[in-house]
Amino acid sequence: MGPLVPYIISNEFNLVIALLAGIGFGFVLEQAGFSSTKKLAGLFYGYDFTVLKVFFSAGVTAMIGVLLFGHWGILDLSLIYVNPTFLWSALVGGAIMGLGFIIGGFCPGTSICAAAIGKLDGVAFVLGSALGILAFAESYPFWEDIFLAENWGRVLVNEQLGMSKPVFAALLTAIAIFAFYATHLIENKVTKRQTELTKSKRKNYTIAGAVAFVLIALVAFSPSKEAIIESRISSTKRHQEYPFKEVTSDQLAFEIAHNFHQINVIDVRSPEAFENYHLPLAINIPLEEIDDRKWEKIFKQKIKTNYFYADHDSIAKKAYLLSNYAGKSTNYLLKDSSSDFRNLYSNVTPPIANASKEAVNTYHYRQKLATDLEKLVEAMSNLNKPVPVKTAPAKGGC
Amino acid sequence: MNPYLAGVLLGLVLLLTIYITGRGLGASGGVKSVVLEMVSDIAPEHTANTAYLNNYEATHPGGPLKDWLFFEIVGVLIGAFLSGVISNRMGLKLERGPKITNRTRIIAAIAGGFLFGLGSQLGRGCTSGSALSGMAVMSFGGIITMLAIFGSGYIFAYFFRKLWL
Repeated sequence: MGPLVPYIISNEFNLVIALLAGIGFGFVLEQAGFSSTKKLAGLFYGYDFTVLKVFFSAGVTAMIGVLLFGHWGILDLSLIYVNPTFLWSALVGGAIMGLGFIIGGFCPGTSICAAAIGKLDGVAFVLGSALGILAFAESYPFWEDIFLAENWGRVLVNEQLGMSKPVFAALLTAIAIFAFYATHLIENKVTKRQTELTKSKRKNYTIAGAVAFVLIALVAFSPSKEAIIESRISSTKRHQEYPFKEVTSDQLAFEIAHNFHQINVIDVRSPEAFENYHLPLAINIPLEEIDDRKWEKIFKQKIKTNYFYADHDSIAKKAYLLSNYAGKSTNYLLKDSSSDFRNLYSNVTPPIANASKEAVNTYHYRQKLATDLEKLVEAMSNLNKPVPVKTAPAKGGC
Repeated sequence: MNPYLAGVLLGLVLLLTIYITGRGLGASGGVKSVVLEMVSDIAPEHTANTAYLNNYEATHPGGPLKDWLFFEIVGVLIGAFLSGVISNRMGLKLERGPKITNRTRIIAAIAGGFLFGLGSQLGRGCTSGSALSGMAVMSFGGIITMLAIFGSGYIFAYFFRKLWL
């Protein structure tokens, strides 16, 4: 699951990715004609709307892609960088940038492209922007109030408008298509040319627009990967019919006492319940956290066997199914609840005076295991905890 | 290249970047890392005494050579250069409106760059980092920055028409 940095691609190699991403970015910008300041200025005087066409179709493509990737469970949307909203700095900063755009005829990215192919005005703009950045850094105290005012944090535009993500995506796509059509008319009017779209172009544009809406509809109406997994792991029919590999408390106690290095005993209850009582050497992974990346190492390995338990059958079964679905480990389920285990092993009750031989044997068996477990817990006290990997959202922006 | 095709390609580059790294593209941040590193090399004492510079240095250890955006900008230079070579657009040139001199164009480019650089720092990102990448992840801040940039461009366009028309 993405983002691939830092789990699959290291932070150091990320810099190589940056170079490659930049090459793609620069190549496409230049191919689109963004290295020409006349094309950029055309946007504001109505004679050439290439910038709007490229910019809008890029934004819509990437937006739909991000939605789809999130929907299919291949990109974790909670970890990607979302530019924070600082209302006043965005508005005032944007206004200053707009003024710079119309005077200088570039924006920072396009000026770098222009400089790369030898445009002297591009070089001048890059120098100017370096001076502007320096000026901001030097006069920061002057801007500080505006810079930090109205911090709304990680706000999404669809939340702000009170609509779902697919609805906003559809709306923005519709606006983009309308803008493409309207600017086509304006271009014709300003340049006093009558450029009509050829039949094949018209067909291609219709297909492209239709594909965009179909993809958005897919996100809106098909169940997401998350929902599919959820419905699979919580269906009661599955809970009754699935061939769970189950163990009794006695079997699990034996495994813990003798093979603790080959097993993970996983408590899927809440941390409070875990704190209150847990099985010897158990680790706590609440059901909601199982698909969290910090536990990936426990579920995506084949060496250790995982034993799940909880107080309710259904929670442990859900965890078992989820692990079966997403992971690779061999899984077992404790048939009894944690309190059953506690009753059997926390204070082993001696049998009555004239008990059967079997009962006496069971008593000795449990008695010995209980002392073994106690010793083991003491010896292991902190060794068995997994090393948590810290998951931080990516940082981005300019 | 057909602008819509270019747009879709650009969108795919952006999508791939977000998928791999979790962050979008940018531009002004790369220039920033070079500029501020130069300041701290030339005047280390000044950097130590200025809270903003000091803070930047603390949050971006290692300077440009550890900075994602710096490498991305180097990539942009390479990519644009390759594209220019392929499409035969290389050469020292100066593009300007018909009514102004080369000198005016250079001054305007520096002044415009100055304003854009300043504004991008205040607005936490430029057209690439804030507007385009913000749109891709549906950031409210990114989208209002975009509206502010283009809105103000249209408002001021009338006053600077002599530069272009």
